[in-house]
Amino acid sequence: MNIPTDLKYNSSHEWVRLEGDIATVGITDHAQAELTDVVFVELPAVGKSVDLGDPTAVVESVKAASDIYAPISGEIVEGNPEVEADPALVNTDPYGKGWIFKMRVKDIASVDSLMDAAGYGAMIG
Amino acid sequence: MRNFLAQSLGVDKHDACVIFCVEMSDNLLHTPLESVHIELGAKMVPFGGWFMPVQYTSILDEHAAVREKFGIFDISHMGQLIVRGAGAEGWLNRMLSNNVAALQPGDGQYTLLLNGKGGVIDDLIIYREAADAFFLVVNASRIEQDFFWLARHQPEDIALANESDLWAGMAVQGPTAVASFSALFPEQTIPPRNGILRFTHQGEELVVCRTGYTGEDGFEFFSSASSGPDWLKAYVAAGAKPCGLGSRDSLRLEMGYPLNGNDLSEELTPLEAGLGFFVDLNKGDFIGRDVLAAQKADGLTRKLVGLQYLEKGAPPRAHYTVETPEGEVIGELASGVLSPSLMTGIGMAYLPIAHTKLGTLVNIDVRSRKFSAKVVKKPFYKFASKGA
Repeated sequence: MNIPTDLKYNSSHEWVRLEGDIATVGITDHAQAELTDVVFVELPAVGKSVDLGDPTAVVESVKAASDIYAPISGEIVEGNPEVEADPALVNTDPYGKGWIFKMRVKDIASVDSLMDAAGYGAMIG
Repeated sequence: MRNFLAQSLGVDKHDACVIFCVEMSDNLLHTPLESVHIELGAKMVPFGGWFMPVQYTSILDEHAAVREKFGIFDISHMGQLIVRGAGAEGWLNRMLSNNVAALQPGDGQYTLLLNGKGGVIDDLIIYREAADAFFLVVNASRIEQDFFWLARHQPEDIALANESDLWAGMAVQGPTAVASFSALFPEQTIPPRNGILRFTHQGEELVVCRTGYTGEDGFEFFSSASSGPDWLKAYVAAGAKPCGLGSRDSLRLEMGYPLNGNDLSEELTPLEAGLGFFVDLNKGDFIGRDVLAAQKADGLTRKLVGLQYLEKGAPPRAHYTVETPEGEVIGELASGVLSPSLMTGIGMAYLPIAHTKLGTLVNIDVRSRKFSAKVVKKPFYKFASKGA
């Protein structure tokens, strides 16, 4: 299972890449493998404020709809139009082209409380 | 990320709650093929009280395999009821909606077991094995209800047996499925569409029925529970792709086939479900007939229709609200799925008769977003290979 060491993770299987005060969020390789066949992604509205743990986007496979939670608090600045058009990118490139949304982080220090790759790897066993 | 499990597979939310409450306490039923599923890497889920494979690799791949080549499904959870006796034909004709007398030995038919209100207790396939011997294949979730309902009406001279625990079952489905049967049993001739053949192979009694739930050619195969795992492996070795309940649901819904519990219920009649073809009002009396005859005379007030998205959208799922374009709520989806063959949302809903004309526009509410759909003719998918 691919768990890049330069990212942060939360227990509900989202990853975070922090650049300045902008966090890019997607779902992990483990999560996409569990879901399989992503057929629809619902993006959050740009400008929306979300708190840690808020359901923010939805990823759907043939069999189930899954909420994607905000891994930190902040404001949505962008959704990925490419995953909207081609949802399978979440499966084929979960840490790259399959990113789901970007947010302006309210408190950059809060990112430190997320798990690192080793911690997430241990959690999913 | 969290799955809304109640919505997966189109399982009824309320059923799912009951199922999960029970199933989390590990009261799950296990099919004889479970060890092979696990060996093959299946993702196992609780479904209708059973621990079943939902998929092995991917629902889309498994769906495509059945449409293009062939796949195999565990249907051991389904029930087998045996009815025997000189008066069996007459009695079954009073218990079931279709005309049993039309069956010659070796033939089968889709039929409905109705309650006194004309509501559907179960949909099933009845096969006539001999003049006085019948083999009924019923839904997993209804085995007990069906058996008790039949037993309650059973005349003294008719024998009724529930053999559900004795059989392992596999549905082998797809345009090239039949070749695998011929390869495994070169000395046997597979029966024609809806037919049944009971035969002995190296001392073992086996049953093959030329039917299925995918719209493709294929058959259902029953062996003893103990030899089931070997037969599953034999079909997989012959090229069958192992398929789970996920693709079973998407395949059946593309054909507009109803799933009992979603699309059929004891409160709805087969006429409302669009299954009038399997109801013979002229064969003599049967349980529920009066209600159906009156309903036919008076006209239906609601009907199960096929709905298809006009454009791409979020996968429709059971219980999503159906509205008029003006926003009036007129029903909810009984079943829904993103059709892997059509790559668009399809579903079925009971709607007031005024909204059931082909081409009628509706909106389907997905988390407050409205997706435009129209009433279309079933099947949604029209290129299935069907049986011979």
